[in-house]
Amino acid sequence: MKNPITGLNKIFESRIRMGVMSILMVNEEVNFNDLKQLLEVTDGNLATHLVNLEENGFIKVHKGFVGRKTNTTYSITRSGEKAFQEHIAALENMIRGVK
Amino acid sequence: MKEQDPRPLDTLQDIRRMMQRSSRFISLSGLSGVSAGVTAFAGSILAYRWIRYYHEMNSADEDLFHNLVFRLLMLALVVLAIAVLSAFYFTWRKAKHHHLPLWDLTSRRLVGNMMIPLGAGGLLILAMLQYDEWRFVSPACLIFYGLALVNGSRYTLSDVKYLGLLQIFLGLANTQFPGYGLYFWATGFGLLHIVYGLIMWWKYDKEPASAVKE
Repeated sequence: MKNPITGLNKIFESRIRMGVMSILMVNEEVNFNDLKQLLEVTDGNLATHLVNLEENGFIKVHKGFVGRKTNTTYSITRSGEKAFQEHIAALENMIRGVK
Repeated sequence: MKEQDPRPLDTLQDIRRMMQRSSRFISLSGLSGVSAGVTAFAGSILAYRWIRYYHEMNSADEDLFHNLVFRLLMLALVVLAIAVLSAFYFTWRKAKHHHLPLWDLTSRRLVGNMMIPLGAGGLLILAMLQYDEWRFVSPACLIFYGLALVNGSRYTLSDVKYLGLLQIFLGLANTQFPGYGLYFWATGFGLLHIVYGLIMWWKYDKEPASAVKE
């Protein structure tokens, strides 16, 4: 999963997955429609990436209701937070030229 | 998506941008503050004239007094409507200019968090009017509006907090000068908005001279 040379996490190389993680780092809980609006992606595309992140244990899914409509919200997990921080640190190290 | 050349600086900037965009409403325009301030100021001058005219009449006529109260309440509603609409317009224009949505996660949170102190303050002021208690209407307007700004500042430009603190300070000072509500009100809602709006416009919105033409 992690590139042994750069320390970058392959899962976060997709712009959409990286976007989802960035948003969930600073927001406790965000629902599907807000993620879609912020990232400007289609339903299907976003759903695929969210499943991927969930399967890796980086995000948690909560299914709820607002009135009769389903409201699915997402939040980051401990391990997701840690993995994303390591990914950011690796990017910073690349800029500094640290190996 | 190709793996080569991850361009770490661009990626980090993207992450930063996404974190900021998803947590704060950044389209709030300085001109919104200026327009709301000008409206409030104009409204205050009109109210001042009406009140002065009423005192010059020097009459104990109940009807004249009720007429004044009614006109002042209507004026307050009209001023509020124009101020909100004009503020909305400049912020809408800024959001459009930056191709950002006006109504999203961040603006919803901003409005939601401001509505709590504003709603509570509004109901309190209505209760004051119910008992003909006029002295604390202006302080309550300033204090609750200030609280709303401080509360909302976490969801937009953080500078809004200082405007809020100043409004609260003015409102509390006003409690010690009960006959001067209109002056404090005009200073808080008029002058402070205009000054704050100009500073914000200067700091965030001013475009380099070459890029102004739309």
